[in-house]
Amino acid sequence: MLYSHDSTDSSGGTIIGDVIVAHDLEKRFEDLVAVDRITFKVREGEVFGFLGPNGAGKTTTMKMIQCISPKTGGTLEVLDMDVDTHQREIKGHLGVVPQETNLDPDFSAYRNLLVYARYFGIPKPEAEQRAEELLAFMQLDEKRDVLIDKLSGGMKRRLIIARALINTPELLILDEPTIGLDPQARHLIWGTLRSLQAEGNTLVLTTHYLDEAERLCDRLVIMDHGKILVEGTPADLIREHAGSDVVEVERTEKVIAHLTGLGVKYDLAGDLLQVFTDRPHDVARELLEVCQHEAAVTVRPATLEDVFLRLTGRRLRE
Amino acid sequence: MLDISGRVWSVWRRNWDAFLRTYRVNFIPPFVEPVLYLLALGFGLGTYIEAVDGIPYPVFIAPALVSISVMYSAFFECTYSSFVRMYYQKTFDAIIATPVSIDEVIAGEMLWGATRGMIYATLMLPVLLLFNVVTMPSSLLLIPFAFLAGLLFAGIAMCFTAITPSIDALNYPSFLFITPMFLFSGTFFPLDLLPQPIQYFALAALPLTHVVSINRAITLSAFSPLNLFSLAWIVVVTAIFFVLAIRLMRRRLIV
Repeated sequence: MLYSHDSTDSSGGTIIGDVIVAHDLEKRFEDLVAVDRITFKVREGEVFGFLGPNGAGKTTTMKMIQCISPKTGGTLEVLDMDVDTHQREIKGHLGVVPQETNLDPDFSAYRNLLVYARYFGIPKPEAEQRAEELLAFMQLDEKRDVLIDKLSGGMKRRLIIARALINTPELLILDEPTIGLDPQARHLIWGTLRSLQAEGNTLVLTTHYLDEAERLCDRLVIMDHGKILVEGTPADLIREHAGSDVVEVERTEKVIAHLTGLGVKYDLAGDLLQVFTDRPHDVARELLEVCQHEAAVTVRPATLEDVFLRLTGRRLRE
Repeated sequence: MLDISGRVWSVWRRNWDAFLRTYRVNFIPPFVEPVLYLLALGFGLGTYIEAVDGIPYPVFIAPALVSISVMYSAFFECTYSSFVRMYYQKTFDAIIATPVSIDEVIAGEMLWGATRGMIYATLMLPVLLLFNVVTMPSSLLLIPFAFLAGLLFAGIAMCFTAITPSIDALNYPSFLFITPMFLFSGTFFPLDLLPQPIQYFALAALPLTHVVSINRAITLSAFSPLNLFSLAWIVVVTAIFFVLAIRLMRRRLIV
């Protein structure tokens, strides 16, 4: 629905191109390096995630891709165009869902889409048809003539996604698409994003919700302090950096002493002690014996959140 | 130097659409204001004033009322209203995510401020005609000139908006710049009643002085070479502030 041009090579196979190519990309402010020479590629048709604590440089990277914040070093090509020289062309082919809700409060849901279409120079009849389609697609038909103030948080978010699709973008950039939403609204948006992906669209998103990243992303990077720490599929990252499972047990002197004696590595997570392992049952049995069933021992599959916290630490970020 | 294309009008149209949505409120001031001022000052206070330079007092202040209205509407549009759109509503952020450039956003805002001044002048004209205080057809020139005068005040306003730390700080130019202009630009008494140094100051630094001078020539249908000087002053200063506003806004918004 949004993007469907596949170039084919002479043998008839499809060439999957790179939609974003960043090399040594840097954003330096006077006294701070927000993005510190990162290199990555986003392929056509994939959902690519940027994860990281606050201040990691995710949003700054998004802004450089959107051509609204000039880079200070490296190279960055979006849709085969240089961000320094082809800002208008690139912006014309992007759909952007910003972190902050910036819908136009002076207009209804429908007029918001029409006014936005005008910024892209979309002819009115086409814009009207597209706006109606998108309101239906985002299940907002009933709110067509309602002012923005009267919409719930989830509806506003859906309308912003509809707005980002008004120009039939080739690349969709979503900065925290489900921030502050209830579970129902999040699931609805996930469903929408998945159907956009199924239609072959390229999506780039940032998120703090690790379950969201695990569900949606084909590939992702975890950033911290302006650098990319790791890159890969969620499953690969979990396997490499956390192992298959986690055994959690209450943090007591006895357990710590025992594990240290055995030479088993463990992580401290508040009141809990975590052992990342590919042999969870052996570890659990061992721990149950040590605790003599005084403390609870839990075994669960490792998640992206475990990877994230192991890589970026537990210290609070502002 | 400036990155401005026809897309500037999509920004202007956004404000026009929003203005029309609340037109009932927006159309009240240009009708009510001149009536109040003419009744209170022109025909109230004015009964004690025989004539100013041989001109009946209500006729003397009529062009000033238009000038003041243009100044207020354009200035407040591009200070408080633009600041709300920029800072609170994040409307500028939303627009620059599209092929519209930041230069076009700011230029569109200023052109809209000028348009708003022109709309107010247009709506005031029939009221002034009703009171028989302006001459026709020369007074039709009030309308196109209101656009230029509006652009002048919009540009000045946008510079303040670009450097203000908060919406409250916009009160400084409003009270320290706009209010003195309202009183000391040859609006309600002729400029030559003031001490000579202040006259020169008004001509050099108070844009409204030149606007009132031209509007008065228009409504009296009495033009002089001095009007050309005022016109040139306005064109040059408008151009300077137009460019300066865009540059200051770039510095504020593109980081």
